[in-house]
Amino acid sequence: MIGIEHYLVVSSILFVLGMLGIFLNRKNVIIILMAIELILLAVNLNLVAFSAFLGDMTGQVFAMFVLTVAAGEAAIGLAILVIYFRQRGTIAVDDVNRMKG
Amino acid sequence: MQVFAFYLFASIVIASGAFCIFARNPVHSVLWLILAFFNAAGLMVLVGAEFIAALLVIVYVGAVAVLFLFVVMMLDIDFAELRAGFMKNLPLGLVLAVVLLAEIIIGIGAWSSVGTGNADAAVGLPAGGPSNIEALGALLYSKYIFLFEAAGMVLLVAMVGAIVLTHRQRGGVRKQNIGAQVSRRPEEAIRNVQPEIGKGVEL
Repeated sequence: MIGIEHYLVVSSILFVLGMLGIFLNRKNVIIILMAIELILLAVNLNLVAFSAFLGDMTGQVFAMFVLTVAAGEAAIGLAILVIYFRQRGTIAVDDVNRMKG
Repeated sequence: MQVFAFYLFASIVIASGAFCIFARNPVHSVLWLILAFFNAAGLMVLVGAEFIAALLVIVYVGAVAVLFLFVVMMLDIDFAELRAGFMKNLPLGLVLAVVLLAEIIIGIGAWSSVGTGNADAAVGLPAGGPSNIEALGALLYSKYIFLFEAAGMVLLVAMVGAIVLTHRQRGGVRKQNIGAQVSRRPEEAIRNVQPEIGKGVEL
């Protein structure tokens, strides 16, 4: 029988994978954004698992709001990425601090 | 059957998440991300959250992943150079990841050994009640209506922000200058001249 712990372990593995992705690909913003999506997916999985196993729909409502914020965040992040690339011709983030305003 | 499906979806979602992080080519990364989303949607269907699963496929695969693909393919980037620090960060990153994962799993073990009373309740809501979408809609449009509106505002602001950020004024384009049009007076717009015969009009 699959209990809630199984779901929690899966979502924590996904969360750690997302964190590792941010840590390893520190130069590549696109992979960083994808890793953030993975982290939010882990959060959603957690919310839905708790919602189902505790019999409370609120978790799924909040999973929907997390999904909304994730979509908005991806759109804004990619827009910033596009204008940054237009300005500098690269997306290496370790010299973003040169933007200064 | 449910156990088999769970392990299938869980192993594929973890494997594709790992491939997404470690792939050399960002396009492959996006494709692995799509696979991860599909299998996470499968996991959500298993616990009876069909609406969130459908939303995951529609919003993530249909919109966000395609947006990522567009951007990856539009930008002309040397990705080999961007991976320069990858191998240097790998050992420390792996150690940190293993430590974090161990901590989280120990936390889950401690939490579940204490027990929450009804954590072992049957999967999903009791049968015979309203369907998943019905229950979600009833909750969303009553108790969480203002949060729902706020989510709509978040999406609107994100859309306007993305358009404002990426909108570009190109040079050499003749645009309508409304201020100049409105402030134009008849006396400076029309001139009455009587040119002599055989001579042109001086502009």
